Amino acid sequence: MDVGERLTDQNFPESPEKATLEGKNKFLGFWLFLGGETVLFATLFGTYLGLRNSFGKGPEASEIFQLPMVFAATIILLTSSLTSVYAVLALKENRVKQMRRWFFITLLLGLSFLGLEIYEFVEYVHEGHTFTSGAFGSAFYTLVGFHGGHVLFGCLWITALLVRNSGRGLTLYNAPKYYLFALYWHFVDVVWVFIFTVVYLMGKVG
Amino acid sequence: MSNAHAANKSVLWDWLTTVDHKKIGILYLVSGGFFFLVGGLEAVLIRIQLMNPEMTFLTGNLYNQVLTMHGTTMIFLAAMPIIFGFMNAVVPLQIGARDVAFPFVNSLGFWLFFFGGVLLNLSWFLGGAPDAGWTAYAPLSTTSTGHGVDFYVLGLQIAGAGTLMGGINFLVTIINMRAPGMTFMRMPLFTWTAFVTSGLILFAFPALTIGFFLLMFDRVFEANFFDANMGGNAIIWEHIFWIFGHPEVYILILPAFGIISEVVATFSRKRLFGYSAMVFATVLIGFLGFMVWAHHMFTVGLGPVANSIFAVATMAIAIPTGVKIFNWVFTMWGGKIRFTTANLFSVGFIPTFVMGGVTGVMLAAAPADYQYHDSYFVVAHFHYVIVGGLILGLFSGLYYWYPRMFGLMLNEALGKWNFWTFFIGFHLTFFPQHFLGLMGMPRRYFTYPEEFGLGSLNFISTIGAVFMTVGTIIFIINVVVTHAKGKKVSGDPWDGRTLEWAIPNPTPHYNFLQTPLVRGLDALWIEKMAGNKKMTPAEPVGDIHMPNNSILPLIMSLGFFIAGFGFIYYSSAGAPALIAIIVGLGIGLACMFLRSWIDDHGHHLHKEDLLKEDKGVDA
Amino acid sequence: MKQWLRLGRLVPLFGIMMLGLIGCGNEQISALQPQGKGASALFDLMILSLAIMVVVLVVVFILFGYVLVKFRHRKGDDSIPEQVEGNHLLEVLWTAIPIVLLIVLAVPTVITTFDLDVSEKSAQATEEGGEPAEEEGPMTIKVTGHQYWWEFEYPDQEVVTAQELYLPVDERVNVELSSADVIHSFWIPSISGKMDTNPGDKLTNKMWLHPEKTGTFQGACAELCGDSHALMYFKVKVVEREEFDAWIESMKNTKFDDAPSEVAQGQEIFEQNCLQCHAVGDQGGNVGPALTGFADNDMVAGIAEHKKENIKKWVNNPQEMKPGNNMPDFNFNEEQLDALADYLMELETAE
Repeated sequence: MDVGERLTDQNFPESPEKATLEGKNKFLGFWLFLGGETVLFATLFGTYLGLRNSFGKGPEASEIFQLPMVFAATIILLTSSLTSVYAVLALKENRVKQMRRWFFITLLLGLSFLGLEIYEFVEYVHEGHTFTSGAFGSAFYTLVGFHGGHVLFGCLWITALLVRNSGRGLTLYNAPKYYLFALYWHFVDVVWVFIFTVVYLMGKVG
Repeated sequence: MSNAHAANKSVLWDWLTTVDHKKIGILYLVSGGFFFLVGGLEAVLIRIQLMNPEMTFLTGNLYNQVLTMHGTTMIFLAAMPIIFGFMNAVVPLQIGARDVAFPFVNSLGFWLFFFGGVLLNLSWFLGGAPDAGWTAYAPLSTTSTGHGVDFYVLGLQIAGAGTLMGGINFLVTIINMRAPGMTFMRMPLFTWTAFVTSGLILFAFPALTIGFFLLMFDRVFEANFFDANMGGNAIIWEHIFWIFGHPEVYILILPAFGIISEVVATFSRKRLFGYSAMVFATVLIGFLGFMVWAHHMFTVGLGPVANSIFAVATMAIAIPTGVKIFNWVFTMWGGKIRFTTANLFSVGFIPTFVMGGVTGVMLAAAPADYQYHDSYFVVAHFHYVIVGGLILGLFSGLYYWYPRMFGLMLNEALGKWNFWTFFIGFHLTFFPQHFLGLMGMPRRYFTYPEEFGLGSLNFISTIGAVFMTVGTIIFIINVVVTHAKGKKVSGDPWDGRTLEWAIPNPTPHYNFLQTPLVRGLDALWIEKMAGNKKMTPAEPVGDIHMPNNSILPLIMSLGFFIAGFGFIYYSSAGAPALIAIIVGLGIGLACMFLRSWIDDHGHHLHKEDLLKEDKGVDA
Repeated sequence: MKQWLRLGRLVPLFGIMMLGLIGCGNEQISALQPQGKGASALFDLMILSLAIMVVVLVVVFILFGYVLVKFRHRKGDDSIPEQVEGNHLLEVLWTAIPIVLLIVLAVPTVITTFDLDVSEKSAQATEEGGEPAEEEGPMTIKVTGHQYWWEFEYPDQEVVTAQELYLPVDERVNVELSSADVIHSFWIPSISGKMDTNPGDKLTNKMWLHPEKTGTFQGACAELCGDSHALMYFKVKVVEREEFDAWIESMKNTKFDDAPSEVAQGQEIFEQNCLQCHAVGDQGGNVGPALTGFADNDMVAGIAEHKKENIKKWVNNPQEMKPGNNMPDFNFNEEQLDALADYLMELETAE
């Protein structure tokens, strides 16, 4: 069977994302990539923890963090993880339309998270907490900004996937792509849980 | 895409777009070799300046530029790519695969490294090279004037991204693409070391990526990570750098261990002694490599508890390393050792590496390191390990696998001259440096007063460098002579033991006409002992699926190269630099987008054509 | 294969070279000729580790040499050697023996690490160890690294000096290390090991010095700190306690106005141009090295012979002698240079 051929319910494999060698390679390679990403964020967290009380000329963390807004952002991102799970469930059963719908909702949630984050950053800058106001500012914007960059990249990725494959069914070629996006999205979500705890909760408590 | 593949037959185009691991291996080897010569030239300049006390040949800032570029070039642009060259050329063959897991990413990894290396070296012509040492300690690196350190940060960032991709690629290749019967505990040791090295790359390089970002943010965007006046902390850079930097040492040396294991076994006509112990030692060294980074920071003031822990952890690495040494010696024990050039380098490696290893244990004694640290003792130690270990290993691998990579045999007579001049020169250069360090000569000094009595040993050291230069020149002559006269050889010139010698010469584009069935360690040797001339195939002859060539990796890397320029000049040029950043990143993202948008299913080589071609080779 | 035999013979030669070179070098700067307690402790540890490692080297080299000679391929011999998989006993042996050797090394390593540390606990231990407990504890000196010179402050004595560190002999002195700009590393090989000077209050380091011989020793910067890293030497003058006290006393009593009237012209130039950064006696800034008692220094700028010519050369073009340093060029004319150099040559401490 050609990898570009549309899958039917009859020849649909149990795990279309791992049905070919290329798919298996991508699957494993992406997990390893996420391992590297873990080190990347661990380094950023380490740096942040080393500098979280070095405010320089900026305000202190506990003065500026607004937990309600951050909490809302957290709920949004966690929900988007859930919707991407529904999308993958649909993928595994060859329900293309539902899958695309769930991924679209995931995208919308991701975009709203980004909107909230940008709004939050603008607020902080007005209060004097900037990238250059002190070591804390640099570490904060780098860590949270790296995560935001990951969310943005994820949004671009799923947009490209959805547009490219509009009107096309699942194939052994595009199934791994959808699946990997979902993996990536979960990872970004998990990182946010740590940011919420380490940056915001610990920052508020002091 | 597949049409483009068929239509363009130009040789240059083929090399620029290739996704064939064998060609990418050669690309890595040639560009790494070029940078090795550049780094070597810088080393010679350093030795000329230090030949006598109070010389004025190369002083102050210029000397710092040369020493920084020597270290950076040798580690990132010479040693790493040559290792990747061998991994590309050999690993898929050793495990019976037709290519790596991600041929496109493989090509991208090479071009990123290449453009990163070019970017870094362009600094010489654009206002000065980086001058803060290859370790780029903040705040010296963040306050260094000019754009030298910006070139360092961006050049290595781009090259490092390529390395990271290569690491993931080889991990997946080795896990997923082994031939039937090639279990993990039947893999040749070079493949094992490539596997562990790739794992180290995966977990070490991201730390450096972040380190470079922080350095770039401090320099270009006025962040305050390392500025004490704004609450920053310079020691964070040292931790990040060495959390990457120590595993990096093992990333470099493990493949050399692998090469030595292959060469010593082949030329002793024996299987590797204690194979399982060797595998276990490799994995253990890789694991411990992440636990010991602070031994580079004994004098930073981490306190006696941290220093003691890291001292003892470091000493522990000597145990698996010792196991390896004894296993090599006992591989030779009872063998029929043939001293080909490849084996001379391997045999020369063993005592040299032992010497580098024992000084390593001496350095691990934390308080004694208060004397050794940043002195010429350390310089001697790491050159014993990197040059006496890694570079001898790489030469050995080069002589050993040259017939496989190029279908030609390097000249053995010249090879022996190459070995002896390089080997003697090496010891002359670096053995005296142990004593220079203990006699009070700090490293990275461009001069020393006459009355300290450091002159004669420095002079001997410089003489040694001349010998090493001669050795390298002989090697270049050897390459030229070999390619001019061209002594073509069979697919198995050394009476090899592993799968890469089971293929005809020149290596077919698809490596194995039929995927071989592996029946044990030293798969080819087993077949030979069973009286078979060829590997037993695991499949009938059939169509072979191959990936398509692509120019996208080169263009994508070019995009990041342009963006790199933008970042480098952003702090002084403003708007034009911003345009370069946007255009460059735009090209990079557009290429990613294209790669995702255009379906690329590869192409098939048909059974009939393959059989015809195969007969042609045999005839 | 004769070469290999010859190489084997080199082994003892290397050993002799090693032993021969111990004790070598200039005693002012060599770590191999310890002149203080720290350096002695380190030297002992170095010799212990060296001895263990030479044993390892000799064993490996002998084994290696034997194998190379005995098992080389002989012409016409096409037999296939036995394919040995391994040997458990041997493998256990060469795992276990190194572990024992490393433990022998690790124990003194850890002990010395704690001995060299300056914490409350180890300070107490030293006092309990029989030495007369001083009432105030050891004197503290603050060392600050600058590009490319060293500042030494005796906070309790209220004395600040540069480039020459005075130490009383046979006494333990605590040192606090920090940096005014980039990371440097404070190293007096013959008296003690090195320690980094880090920028920022949070990263101040502590170590102790305990010289055991009077004399002049050499200190250096051991961490790449910029263009003139190689020129950041300083002198360590170890003197008897009385002499040290007298030096402190005279440093404290020196006044800027003490200068003899013959060099009044130079003093005026100094006051107008230099005093802002360089302290002399009771006046002056602290951006550049303090020059109180400069006339008694061994070196100009830490690197050149102490004579008038070199002072003029330095002031006339500081970048030539120490590239990248922070002293500006004042474009003095020859007469002004002369006057200034004369004045500096007269900068002595009070009687």
